Amino acid sequence: MPLLDIQSLVVQYHTQKANVKAVDRVSLSIDKGHTLGLVGESGCGKSTLGLSAMRLIPPPGKIVSGHVTLDGIDVVNCSDQQIRQIRGKRVGYIFQDPMTSLNPVKRISTHFVEMIKTHEPEVNEQDTINRTKQLLERLGILPERIDDYPHQFSGGMRQRVMIGLALALGPDLLIADEPTTSLDVIVEAQIIELLKELKESLKLTLILITHNIGIVAETADRVAVMYAGRLAEVGERDTLFEKPLHPYTQALLRSVPNITKKGQVLSWIPGAPPDLADPPPGCLYHPRCPHAFDRCRKEEPVLLKQHTSEVACHLYDRR
Amino acid sequence: MSDDSTRGRILIPLLQKVTSFRQSGLAGWGILVGAGIVVVLALMTTLSPLISPYNPIAINVGPILSPPSAQHPLGTNHLGQDMLSRVISGGAIMFQVAVLSVIVCLIVGVPIGLFASYVGGNTDKLASLVMDSIYAFPGLVLAIAIAAMLGPGVINMALSIAVVYVPSYFRIIRSQVLTIKELPYVEAAHMIGARGRSILFSYILPNVVPSIVAVATINFADAILTAAGLTFVGLGLPVSTPDWGWDLTYGRRLLPSGAWWVITFPGLMVVLLALGFTLIGEGLSELYNPRLQK
Amino acid sequence: MSLRSYIIARILLSVPMIMLLLTFVFLLIRVLPGDPAMLHFEKNVEPATLQAFKHELGLDKPLITQYFDYLAGLLRGDFGKSMQDYSPVSQQIFSAFPATLELAIWATIIMVALGISLGVTAARSYNSTKDHSIRIFGTVSYAIPVFFLGEVLIMVFAIFLRWFPSGGRMYPGITPPGLCVGGTCYTTGLYVLDSLLAGSLQDLYLSIRYLTLPSLALGLVLCGIFIRLTRSNMMETLQLDFVTAARARGLKERTVVYGYALRNAFLPVLTMMGLQFAALLAGAILTETTFSWPGLGRYLVDRIGFRDYTAIQGVVIFFGLLVTGVSLIVDILYAYLDPRIRL
Repeated sequence: MPLLDIQSLVVQYHTQKANVKAVDRVSLSIDKGHTLGLVGESGCGKSTLGLSAMRLIPPPGKIVSGHVTLDGIDVVNCSDQQIRQIRGKRVGYIFQDPMTSLNPVKRISTHFVEMIKTHEPEVNEQDTINRTKQLLERLGILPERIDDYPHQFSGGMRQRVMIGLALALGPDLLIADEPTTSLDVIVEAQIIELLKELKESLKLTLILITHNIGIVAETADRVAVMYAGRLAEVGERDTLFEKPLHPYTQALLRSVPNITKKGQVLSWIPGAPPDLADPPPGCLYHPRCPHAFDRCRKEEPVLLKQHTSEVACHLYDRR
Repeated sequence: MSDDSTRGRILIPLLQKVTSFRQSGLAGWGILVGAGIVVVLALMTTLSPLISPYNPIAINVGPILSPPSAQHPLGTNHLGQDMLSRVISGGAIMFQVAVLSVIVCLIVGVPIGLFASYVGGNTDKLASLVMDSIYAFPGLVLAIAIAAMLGPGVINMALSIAVVYVPSYFRIIRSQVLTIKELPYVEAAHMIGARGRSILFSYILPNVVPSIVAVATINFADAILTAAGLTFVGLGLPVSTPDWGWDLTYGRRLLPSGAWWVITFPGLMVVLLALGFTLIGEGLSELYNPRLQK
Repeated sequence: MSLRSYIIARILLSVPMIMLLLTFVFLLIRVLPGDPAMLHFEKNVEPATLQAFKHELGLDKPLITQYFDYLAGLLRGDFGKSMQDYSPVSQQIFSAFPATLELAIWATIIMVALGISLGVTAARSYNSTKDHSIRIFGTVSYAIPVFFLGEVLIMVFAIFLRWFPSGGRMYPGITPPGLCVGGTCYTTGLYVLDSLLAGSLQDLYLSIRYLTLPSLALGLVLCGIFIRLTRSNMMETLQLDFVTAARARGLKERTVVYGYALRNAFLPVLTMMGLQFAALLAGAILTETTFSWPGLGRYLVDRIGFRDYTAIQGVVIFFGLLVTGVSLIVDILYAYLDPRIRL
């Protein structure tokens, strides 16, 4: 049984102007111990998908239909108390910007103690602090700094704190939402290494959400590509990188500059992502797709199996 | 500038705002409901001579202090007057006072606001100082002081309320004018030699109108509540005219004997009317300055 | 600019405003149609009596002299003499003021507590029926004249249910003695405080009983704006990242809301409290009249009945000075708490 199973999830944001489908009928599952890379442009819905694993979608967003099952628990319909028990303890979430995700007026130690006490009220404070210090040390932070405030840390350190918070209670699933986007390249490499190491030693299941396809190449077992709220392609990492099926995936891979090739012309995808309040008919990618034909303009493609991958594109749909 | 284009300049922004009405959700509903309430009550008051079952001033048309019954659905008071008739006709004073005070505010407040903020400099500073002083003052206290000196009467009440509210208009107009004054198209008008007065009226005034309307409706609501307050404090009108405020005030003494109906219904009317205007005013403000709706 | 220069500038700004206020009230009483002395005596009065009356109150002097006497008197704390019995108005103001102060304090507590808690609830259940009901409540409560609400409360809770008294400040004959040391007793004039100082539970109980309905009436009518303010503040704050991150760690909703998000709402609430003070005083006048609460408001209304114009003048000035003083304090406090202005 997969650890996380998402079935036909639809998440809508209801504003005064329109209803926007941030996530439109997405189905994904992740097995224990695997790493899933979730890629896509900004605003494609990948963060929303990640948040839905913990039912953390902020209003005016709502899960409208579909199922999210975490190790057998129905995340969408369970009680408030159950979901709180899941958050932090079964699932750890690493947010994109550690500066705004940590409470600026609370010490690091307070962040940890608060969380641990909520989930394990019997533990006494000194034990909690000791545990935390050990964890921070493991993550490369000096344990004496436990009483510092977030703004006293550098970006990379803060992200390590965030990782620590996500892992402190020993969750099975770790979701990292753009964990390195706000960091410079060198620190980014360190954090990715850290994540890989932790995943191995703690036997974590990892969902890595990013727009940086390079990180995914390093760490993921499987890759899911999202576009405008829908899944474009899902496949094994090697397969996807060698033979991308969906035109969007192909364009994404092409647009990564290769430092070894001389005189390379930067490739990009013309056009812009669709306005989700007023989406185009048919396939959402068709306005930007070089292979678009008549059917693409009229009919929405369905995610279909193609060997070991799944792809939602009429090019592969023989029906 | 011809009449047409000025009218156009006022109407078009207003109409544009009104058409986005449908999408405005709660604000739009608020305006509709509020306007509905106001219209119904205004009609009721105007048509009162025709629709009230008894003469509201006539005494002893029914038993003294009788609770609501078939003959007197809202009961009677200590003089045997029919409460339903008094409720139907009781809004006249309130409407008059409110309308009058708004008119005075418009006549006095708008020109001062426009002129002082447009001219700027010491005129503006002086006007702002005076207005801020009045604005900071508890409205009712000032209204009481003025009404106490002027004596009873609709006009005097309206005047005292007007004095208290002029600063609100001044402030809104001033903040708008200061913004608009700096806008490029006003500068352009200067450059082609348009006179100050015409700039004021053709460019600035039309843009300020929506805010004035919003303030005016809230002013109505406040005027009604203040008028009721003035009456309550004893600075209202001679006894004979049917007035919600008066019934609210006098009805108090009848409470210990259990006659709850004398103050309740006029009171509800006052609440309803103030609510109507407030809904309109707030709906309008939200339309013109939509708050961050995430 | 530094805090000190801000304070000085702010105080300096108040001076012309106060002067304007004083001048305005002065002129109001004298220049409007009707000589205050003549208006006081409704029926005909003998010239000799009128003359003596005017002389006693200084109303026979030229306007300019009166003006300077008036200003000089205020600097000494002299608010004039009552037309009724020539007694100093300041004495009566200061004896009636504590009652109004106590009412204002409790009404503020209710207003802010209700406003914040309802605002928070509304923000958390955004766009739900609860949210809409609370917003409607906030709008409607403002439209209710405070004396009507007071009368309704009296009807229901005092006359019908008999849970509370229908008026007055205290059980006749009892005054909480305050802190008694040796032979002398020090009172604040605030009955709840005085009861606590004296350690008298019965006095405390009685004070609160009499205080409940009037504070409730005043607090309810004014809480609407706090509901709205808190709600919009909370909605903004609840969207912030660290709030979502806190939730992601499984923290209890209550911890998240009160420990994380509410801190942000505090400062605007403080400013709003200052702005609402004027409305609070105005409402207090009506509330005191409704509940026969022996405060400054009721004193004012009484004086109106007696056409005691000099007393009215005194009270109005006092109110004005009070409001100016409070807004000054609030502005300074705000500057102190908001680091942006300080640094």
